[in-house]
Amino acid sequence: MAESLIIEESIKREGLSDIYEKVMKGERLSKDDGIRLYETSDLCSLGFLANKVREKKNGQYTYYIYNQHINYSNVCTNLCKFCAFGKEKGKPGAYCMTIEEIVAKIEERLDEPIREVHIVGGIHPELPYSYYIDMLKEIKRVRPDIHIQAFTCVEIAHIAKMGGKSIEEALLELKEAGLGSIPGGGAEVFSPRIRQRLCPEKLPGDHWLEVAKTAHRLGLKSNATMLYGHIETIEERVEHMMALREAQDETNGFMCFIPLAFHPKNTALEDVAPTSGVDDIKNIAVSRLLLDNFPHIKAYWVMLGPKVAQLALSFGADDMDGTVLEEKITHMAGGETSQALSNREIEYLITSAGRVPVERDTLYNVVKVVSH
Amino acid sequence: MVEQIIEKVCLGQRIDEQEAVDLYRRAGFHELGQLASLKRFKENPEPVVTYVIDRNINYTNVCISGCKFCAYYCAPESEEGFVLSFEELGRKIKETKALGGTQILLQGGLHPGLSLDFYEDMLRFIKSFDIHCHGFSPPEIVHFAKLSGLSVKEVLKRLISAGLDSIPGGGAEILVDNVRKQIAPRKANSAEWLNVMETAHKLGLRTTATMMFGHLESLEDRIQHLSKLRHLQDKTGGFTAFIPWPFQPGNTAINCRPATAHEYLKMLAISRIFLDNFQNIQASWVTQGYKVAQMALFFGANDFGSTMIEENVVAAAGVSHRLSEEEIRRHIREAGFHPRQRLMDYSLAMQTSV
Repeated sequence: MAESLIIEESIKREGLSDIYEKVMKGERLSKDDGIRLYETSDLCSLGFLANKVREKKNGQYTYYIYNQHINYSNVCTNLCKFCAFGKEKGKPGAYCMTIEEIVAKIEERLDEPIREVHIVGGIHPELPYSYYIDMLKEIKRVRPDIHIQAFTCVEIAHIAKMGGKSIEEALLELKEAGLGSIPGGGAEVFSPRIRQRLCPEKLPGDHWLEVAKTAHRLGLKSNATMLYGHIETIEERVEHMMALREAQDETNGFMCFIPLAFHPKNTALEDVAPTSGVDDIKNIAVSRLLLDNFPHIKAYWVMLGPKVAQLALSFGADDMDGTVLEEKITHMAGGETSQALSNREIEYLITSAGRVPVERDTLYNVVKVVSH
Repeated sequence: MVEQIIEKVCLGQRIDEQEAVDLYRRAGFHELGQLASLKRFKENPEPVVTYVIDRNINYTNVCISGCKFCAYYCAPESEEGFVLSFEELGRKIKETKALGGTQILLQGGLHPGLSLDFYEDMLRFIKSFDIHCHGFSPPEIVHFAKLSGLSVKEVLKRLISAGLDSIPGGGAEILVDNVRKQIAPRKANSAEWLNVMETAHKLGLRTTATMMFGHLESLEDRIQHLSKLRHLQDKTGGFTAFIPWPFQPGNTAINCRPATAHEYLKMLAISRIFLDNFQNIQASWVTQGYKVAQMALFFGANDFGSTMIEENVVAAAGVSHRLSEEEIRRHIREAGFHPRQRLMDYSLAMQTSV
């Protein structure tokens, strides 16, 4: 089992041999293990362990998707403190796209081989239930083959409320209208302490999990995120992941976990320093190690920047997300990444890290393996 | 095979050029980082990461070298060419000192019309402010020698007596003449570059060494570059630090993709492992951004470079990152190390309580 002597010795020195044994045997790690992994200063050993799991699950494959982002409205009643995107209705900068405008966005790019349209918006106090149903139907009408990944669990709960329906009813009708899967946003950190302080109006963590599990039971896959780098503790991060792991044991409907680095600019938490590269990488690695029942970990380059996202591929991540045109949420918070990386740029980052680029669809079916 | 090389490094034995190539190609990414960290802590046992407060002052952008990788220079006939006035120079130095700066990094293009007297006057002027002057990379020294008809040694002696304190390691690019012919045909060749450094070391000047990689060179060329530096360091011990920089192709005459962060960290680690007689290896936040620079601290780097109160050359290639001293200290702390301000020779500056 002598994988690498120098790494093993270092792991021993750091007092992480028991975790190493568990990882090699494929045993589940505990909450305490997770905290110890966050606390280690031995980044290369942590990366080595996370990479073991990454390669066991996904080999050298590194996924990306050709997608289109639509943020249909920034009008939002939640006004979470970490958000630079949401605006009160009627305030300067607030906007809401009509169904026609959304359709026009889709029609503009019909000639591109886009696999997925990714739709997220604010919690709008007045848009009727029919708006969401019509949006899905209209997109499907003009582009029937496209997969629609839309509406975070927070939006789903709100849409159901606007329609006077149960979560299950709403999900079934949205699915019928064209919803293909659910993005992972709105999870933030599940801890009630954090939600009370940063987003008291938002769907509570246990409800978020309930919506996700309900979707899974109805055959809709989803993703899960964690917003880190604001006021949360290491323990709260680990507890967040443990809650996701437990839910996944029940339904197995999560495809991917996406740690999201908090961007403080233009938010109510501007005094918080941006995340460090080390913290970004640790969140990728620890989540890969703790979430043993999640098939994929995503390095969302829009938030991490292409350089850190590329490094993340050696620390547990196997997905780079997509080409992402017109992303608004991170960029409103001072995200300095460009609006889009071309497929070729993404492929170059992946091959330069010694991995194999794989274009995927939303559900991680292989569209093509890019060979060089 | 690769296991044997790793063992050699662990035992503190020197590896040869072929072994360095094999290590780069075959060792795991994390193993490379771990090996580099091992060497880093052997050379510098404390979890301290140093930085310097200084300012890059470019006294002229006029340059007859016309290197293909450079986005900064102007040809002599260009209307955008400038030579910095002493008045402006003095203002910049005062600002630097006000910000706690301890040195000036003074570099410029190879100007065809300035005499050695000009540079001597400039040095005397700078030294009247009582600040360390880290100035004139080897291609500049070679250029001064050619224009004045003096030997490199003679030029260095005159500059030293005018106040030059140390020499920056710029202009090394890749110290392999086949590569230099393609990217910098009119610049000092590798023997000339090394000769300036050897002569300077013998005259008591400390210098740094750099490498600009990720353009037309091969991995073998890079290792040969390191090998030449290691050889000279064995002779003189005059290098304080090594600084590898990934080439930034924006606005230059070389059309290639920049080295990625992954390649950068690998090259940094190999440098730390191979250059067993260099105490300090610098991370380049200027080209990589602070996050990758933090990661570099786990791949062999023990220095965060300079606050760069002013930087013009990389910025001309379309890459601009800015950090204050406080930010540099925070980034070092966040990565788990203790920040310490240093001087050019890597001795620690008087610590302010931060």
